[in-house]
Amino acid sequence: MKMKGWLLAGAALVASAAWAVDGTEYRAAVLRVDVPNRPLPISRLDVPPEDLGFAGATLGTADNATTGSFMGQKFTTETVIATPETAEAEMQKLVDAGIWWIVVMADADTTVKLADIAGDRALVLNAAATDDTLRAEGCRANLLHTAPSDAMLTDALAQYLVWKKWDEWFLIEGSHPEDKALAEAYRRAATKFGAKIVEERVFEDTGGARRSDSGTVQVQGQMPAFTQRAPAHDVVLAADRSDVFAVHLPYHTWEPRPVVGSAGLTPESWHPSHEAWGATQFQTRFERQAGRPAQDEDYQVWMALRVLGEAATRTQGGDFAAIHDFVLSDGFDLAAFKGQKLTFRDWDGQLRQPILLAYDKVVVSVSPQAEFLHQVSQLDTLGIDRPETQCKK
Amino acid sequence: MRPAQFGILLASVAFAAGPALAEKIFVSNEKGNTVTVLDGASHEVIHTIEGMQRPRGITASPDGKHVYVCASDDNLVRVYDAETYEELPSLPSGPDPELFVLHPSGNPLYIANEDDNIVTVVDVETRQVLAEVPVGVEPEGMGVSPDGKIVVNTSETTNMAHMIDTETYEIVANVLVDSRPRFAQYTPDGKFLLVSAEIGGTVSVIDTATNEIVKKIGFEVPGVLPEALQPVGVRVTADGAKAYVALGPANRVAVVDLGTLEVTDYLLVGQRVWQLAFSPDGKLLYTTNGNSNDISIIDVATDKVLKSVQVGEQPWGVVAVP
Repeated sequence: MKMKGWLLAGAALVASAAWAVDGTEYRAAVLRVDVPNRPLPISRLDVPPEDLGFAGATLGTADNATTGSFMGQKFTTETVIATPETAEAEMQKLVDAGIWWIVVMADADTTVKLADIAGDRALVLNAAATDDTLRAEGCRANLLHTAPSDAMLTDALAQYLVWKKWDEWFLIEGSHPEDKALAEAYRRAATKFGAKIVEERVFEDTGGARRSDSGTVQVQGQMPAFTQRAPAHDVVLAADRSDVFAVHLPYHTWEPRPVVGSAGLTPESWHPSHEAWGATQFQTRFERQAGRPAQDEDYQVWMALRVLGEAATRTQGGDFAAIHDFVLSDGFDLAAFKGQKLTFRDWDGQLRQPILLAYDKVVVSVSPQAEFLHQVSQLDTLGIDRPETQCKK
Repeated sequence: MRPAQFGILLASVAFAAGPALAEKIFVSNEKGNTVTVLDGASHEVIHTIEGMQRPRGITASPDGKHVYVCASDDNLVRVYDAETYEELPSLPSGPDPELFVLHPSGNPLYIANEDDNIVTVVDVETRQVLAEVPVGVEPEGMGVSPDGKIVVNTSETTNMAHMIDTETYEIVANVLVDSRPRFAQYTPDGKFLLVSAEIGGTVSVIDTATNEIVKKIGFEVPGVLPEALQPVGVRVTADGAKAYVALGPANRVAVVDLGTLEVTDYLLVGQRVWQLAFSPDGKLLYTTNGNSNDISIIDVATDKVLKSVQVGEQPWGVVAVP
């Protein structure tokens, strides 16, 4: 019954002048670069699922295929796991196989290297790295970002804190370079939206196991002491990309203040509790297929593949050049359960998107906050705007 | 609006419209888990129906005797006696029903199942599922041609209007529209189909003879962010002269001249205006305003917003019965 329906639909399409069954097959790939022996997260709830990102790819491909069944288009997605050592060879293989839509989940440095291998033969979509450098000096003409940038994430949180009049921040940053970069993004956001960082401290990563049977005993003594004697502040802001200390801050701070940033209220592209704007449909579709809630990376990979699907639908049989041009044109927009159309910034390839501010159970707010206006798109109040960009691609 | 002016307008409407004694308005309250019943003449709340989860789409039988409600989180269609509010046996709906449309004859009911990419066809008398038609991703809007031969489903992620033959349950055509199509409404003569695209920000006008889009109507309101202009509910006057388009978070209803296909006016209503319904005589238009928990009442002859009435929490859909 179902197959028959589709076939008949296809026949009707052939008959209608408005429709062409183009028979195109769109091949995409998701290349995930896993770093071996990475320290375990503090919380066992944060252990990444084995199919992180790939589950988003499965759903994105299925969604594209359903639409494609009405268009005579096929969608396939190859998934590849690499290490930092094998990533470049794997990328070369994909490009040599003629795949020109490659979603990458890797750190910033690796992502740039992979984009350079792809060159003008493939479009690379960054679905994991939030580093601002990738949208600035590390930007590439063939590199688009469905992952939000650190500047967008930190601006999103800053807007809410300023709206809440919690504008005196106690910033605690980790000791790794990526923590420093995130802290720098928060400093930039504070300046941009008029918040004041009243105190800064660095939480040194002294190594050792993240967890032990008697772990909480030490934490309960350590964290209050670490946050003691700070000037008056509204929030404790954690910049801890490395997951060394932030999740231990809530309920352990010297002063009774909310924790925001890398723990407590966190800015994210996706959250399993998000239900507005039809998001429930994504959640239930994803969970039924993957058997677990969707994470940011799953959503970002799903978007990267839906961009291809949307462009294939609109260009009706478009090749690499046609799809590439369309995605970056004014005619492109993506609906992705955020209440408004998502488009790419032409100056750095970043996908504009609202950011969810969530804690463990619910989405608390969604930025941009309504009070922050912009002459072009309110979404450009988040992240690096055209006049500020350092991208010279 | 000043109170004195308000009173006069209200009086004149009640007089001019002259609705039948039993006329009632049913409003589904998505968050309130209730249906609010208002008197069609006084526009006062006269009853609240409880006992359903996440009611969204709402419609009535052509004779006005039965009210059907998509109880999305109950995964069924609840049926109520419009006179006594007694709950009648429910209809199977498939999972997460959001919107539906009744065949002009009053049977069957065509239901969009968002989670399953299908349209479920249900006989409202035998309460049997007659067919499940596979459509695009996240089916949402449902419309039916005036002659009852074609039922239209819009799929929000596939971005198409799927034309389904009501005899064979086969898709006979697909029309690509803008992003996130929410609602499908035929003109009374069946010559055109209007499809709203919430994220795309347009209403596509489709010529039903050729299944080609003859125009995409855009919207522009000074002082309102373009991304807030999100068309959702659409209704067409019985004479086919005008269409009304609910613009969601823009808090406005656009008036479209169907002769020129141009927007002639924007009417300020409540917050997050979602769905629309005419009074049985077609003289009034009711809007559900999800974020201000009220309905707005518009005079169709003058395109003036007459008043708003508080209903339940997050009103979603509305239907009026004689």
